[in-house]
Amino acid sequence: MASKNKRLLWLQSGGCGGCTLSLLNTEAPSLFTALADIGIELIWHPSFAEQSLDEAMHLLQRLADGSEPLDMLCLEGSVMTGAAGRFHLLPDGQSMSTLIEQLARRASQVIAVGTCAAYGGISAAGDNLTGAVGLDYAGNHPGGLLGGHFHTASGLPVVNISGCPTHPGWVLETLALLASDSLSAADLDPLGRPRFYADKLVHHGCDKNEFYEFKASATAPGQMGCLMEHVGCKGTQAHADCNSRSWNGEGSCLTGGYPCINCTAPDFADPGHGFFSTPQVAGFPVGLPTDMPKAWFVALSTLSKSATPTRVRQNAVLDRLTVPPSLPKKGKA
Amino acid sequence: MSRRILGPFNRVEGDLNITLDFADGKVSAARVTAPLFRGFERILLGREPLDALAIVPRICGICSVSQSVAAAHALSQLYGITPPANGQRVLNLIHAVENIADHLSHFYLFFMPDFARADYQQHGWHGETLARFKAQSGSAVAPMLEARAILMRFMGSLAGHWPHTLCLQPGGVTKVVSAAERVRLQQWLRSFRRFLEQRTFGQPLEAIAALDGQAALEHYRAQTPAADFAHFLHIADSLQLQQLGRSYDHFIAAAAYAGPDGPWSPAGLWQQGLSQPLPQEQISEDNHSSWLAGDGPSAPLHTDTVPLPDKAEGYSWSKAPRVAGLAAETGALARGLLRGEPLLNEMVASAGGNVLSRVVARLTEVARIVPLMEHWLAALELEQPFQQPCPASAVHNSAVGLTEAARGMLGHWVTLDAGRISRYQIIAPTTWNFSPRDSKELPGPLEKALEGVDASDPQALQVQHIVRSFDPCQVCTTH
Ligand code: SF4
Ligand code: SF4
Repeated sequence: MASKNKRLLWLQSGGCGGCTLSLLNTEAPSLFTALADIGIELIWHPSFAEQSLDEAMHLLQRLADGSEPLDMLCLEGSVMTGAAGRFHLLPDGQSMSTLIEQLARRASQVIAVGTCAAYGGISAAGDNLTGAVGLDYAGNHPGGLLGGHFHTASGLPVVNISGCPTHPGWVLETLALLASDSLSAADLDPLGRPRFYADKLVHHGCDKNEFYEFKASATAPGQMGCLMEHVGCKGTQAHADCNSRSWNGEGSCLTGGYPCINCTAPDFADPGHGFFSTPQVAGFPVGLPTDMPKAWFVALSTLSKSATPTRVRQNAVLDRLTVPPSLPKKGKA
Repeated sequence: MSRRILGPFNRVEGDLNITLDFADGKVSAARVTAPLFRGFERILLGREPLDALAIVPRICGICSVSQSVAAAHALSQLYGITPPANGQRVLNLIHAVENIADHLSHFYLFFMPDFARADYQQHGWHGETLARFKAQSGSAVAPMLEARAILMRFMGSLAGHWPHTLCLQPGGVTKVVSAAERVRLQQWLRSFRRFLEQRTFGQPLEAIAALDGQAALEHYRAQTPAADFAHFLHIADSLQLQQLGRSYDHFIAAAAYAGPDGPWSPAGLWQQGLSQPLPQEQISEDNHSSWLAGDGPSAPLHTDTVPLPDKAEGYSWSKAPRVAGLAAETGALARGLLRGEPLLNEMVASAGGNVLSRVVARLTEVARIVPLMEHWLAALELEQPFQQPCPASAVHNSAVGLTEAARGMLGHWVTLDAGRISRYQIIAPTTWNFSPRDSKELPGPLEKALEGVDASDPQALQVQHIVRSFDPCQVCTTH
């Protein structure tokens, strides 16, 4: 059995390490047990491996030159391509981007963990003076370190587990599918994200859904109402299942009282407006649900606003649910 | 003279390389390189002030909340508002969870595995250390991760998730706690306390917090040999870790965990047994040895970040922060000294800041903070507000947000122009500890701590112990 284990190398470059730390939140079983259970041998990880210094460098070199086989490569963090790679150097003076490219061309499966590694993410925000890019994308466009349209010898494109941070379940389930060779290109969306979580919207299962239906909106973070109209929530456009699978036992951005900032999208860090406000045109939010005709949205929201129950309207701007739903009238239940 | 370049270091958060010069077989000079630069101080420019809350946590996955706390403190000043007592209590809870989880990850995952290495095979304790602390597979690892995951449910409940929450706002927090949530949180904290008392300490937390000197610590070790902390003390004694990694013994800290009667841990500068208030206006950044424009000391409120990857004198992306011209060490030990804790004061009086005293400070702090968390939870006034409304625009144009991450003092210096961020300078804990030389060629604290060390073995294990004793976070260092 042991010989069938897939050998996984995890590298970090222009990121914050938060995707790893999020993965460490894995509950029942905890991370290393879970990896062993799905048949993965973590041959090196910058946070967890025993080997440091020369022995680590020699291992990376053997993997890069092909003298040791590599099944899976996970990259966390963007690739720093600016200034001829000087924004991330290895101890021998080689640029990290060169090593990442060599390893990506050796591995049978290449996985970008987090929005940074997939598209550039937060490290590529603003004027991106470090030339931060993703493995096979630069922002929304194919490109990046590997040029776009990259495929491994096994025929798979880079698997982009986007998210900033990634949910531990997204990473572990993707790795489990890959370890059993049961993830194909058809299981990825047009941005290379695993469809098992990226075909859902953050809006699905949000506990503010009733407020959304009645357009009963919060005016500031921390209020009960829907955060779409005024507080910048992008849950109706954001591809992820955050409100149907919980974070850290029972959380999501929305249960925490603050807006979804669409962190699985390539360009989330440069929204073109404040993260806590919703740009509006003629009193209606810009950036409506992607597949809803605008005229319908306007008509429905005007109608639903006129039908908003008092309970919902009042709770929307309070910091806790205060007005309870009424009981069914006697004899009619 | 010979030279050796060590790297990449792992089990440190982020990337680290160190260049050592040797004379007579010992390190004569060390140069610490932070080899990765992302440029967050630039990414923040031109944005609305509140946007910092979405950007700065992403500086670091391990001290994400600390970054949010520093930004929220600065924003509270910019907008002229103060969080209500409940807001402060929930902020303290969220911050404490991150800091404690970091201390445990550091001890169990980053620091202890070095003693399980085959290099220590000849020691009587090695078999037990290997079984318990071997990287990833040691028997202590899974129970710690399970206990940590339960503790992290605080983040799901109070902060939405961890890392990278937006729940900390200038006026307080976006999450109100109900009575039912509080009993749930209390239950998780009890289960976490059980883990600490059974596995980490082998004694009630209050007994650990009451250790008031080296004799008491020695007595604890003899009484509770099976506990993980006691096991470390045994190794430390065998390897004489108190003789390893001494630096300048200048310690600096910001205030941590605000409360109605002042912070739990005070801000200050500690030198030669004496504490003084933190001379905040004497904090400077020096870019002499950094691949950044600028040379001599400059006030963070007036410094810009301009990368110069070809700068000849440069050897790190880190700046060199100094306080009144001193290179100062920051972390749990600095906080403990400034709180006047007898055990830590005695340890530092006898052998300075070193590998042993840094780790003892970190673990005893865990034992002190869990009871504090129990207190904050119980003190929540559930009917009262958790947040104040934030005005539409800022009322001041510059502010400084200081706080304590697990690994030490973190500061954000923010300037606004026409309602937008025009300058944002960050000095993180490991920027202090792992700074390069400044324009007077004064080595940073780690550089100093490595001088005189024997680093002839292939793995330079003593260097690794010293490096990790600071619990470095390199992604914060350069940001
Ligand atoms: S995607 Fe986000 S959480 Fe992950 S490494 Fe990048 S900045 Fe950190
Ligand atoms: S807050 Fe966001 S995710 Fe929740 S219902 Fe409103 S739009 Fe949907």
